Amino acid sequence: MSFFMVAFIVLTFCSGLCLYRIGRGPTAPDRTIAIDILGTLVVGFCCMMALWTGQDYYMNIAIAWALISFVGTLALAKYLEGRPYDA
Amino acid sequence: MLELIAYCIIGIGLAFDIFGAVGLVRLPDIYNRAQAATKCVTLGTCMIVLGVFLWALGADNGAMAVRAVLCGAFVLVTSPVAAHAICRGAYISGVPLWEGSVVDEFKQRAQEVRNQQAAEQGAQEGEEAQAS
Repeated sequence: MSFFMVAFIVLTFCSGLCLYRIGRGPTAPDRTIAIDILGTLVVGFCCMMALWTGQDYYMNIAIAWALISFVGTLALAKYLEGRPYDA
Repeated sequence: MLELIAYCIIGIGLAFDIFGAVGLVRLPDIYNRAQAATKCVTLGTCMIVLGVFLWALGADNGAMAVRAVLCGAFVLVTSPVAAHAICRGAYISGVPLWEGSVVDEFKQRAQEVRNQQAAEQGAQEGEEAQAS
């Protein structure tokens, strides 16, 4: 089992834990933070793909993903702020 | 040599990713989860990006190295800001703290923000009533 397989298995495991929190999370902010973490993990995934294949366009995907995930999370956060809490 | 260092750094980053994800599942409330997951996963991903940067330097791939630096900088800047915004939104919308929490310094300020929001909403509704 190569180093890259171990890395991909670890990242998939972490993504699975995030998905558990997205599905289970008792409140909306829980889900939002899990989505944010999932976006950061996907950036790591793209970097590992860039290393594995040696193609550098995967780094473009990682940069774009980091920025777009940030904008989406900020929009969700502003939406949560103006809205009373309900489980 | 650089390649070996890069793989070691990526391994440490993956370990931090696991800690962050486990913290996201195991900790009791949104604020604890946010601080554990955000810090660990940001550091872990930045270390993976740093490993890619070192590997690209070793392989003499300048374009990839520059992109890795940019990507790491973006993750390092955006991820904590996003987590802060979510936690602020969560507190202002009234998500309760864990019962074992000790300090709550944001209480008064959050109440001020809520009052301000209510005042703005009231003003808007008044304008709409006048318009109709």
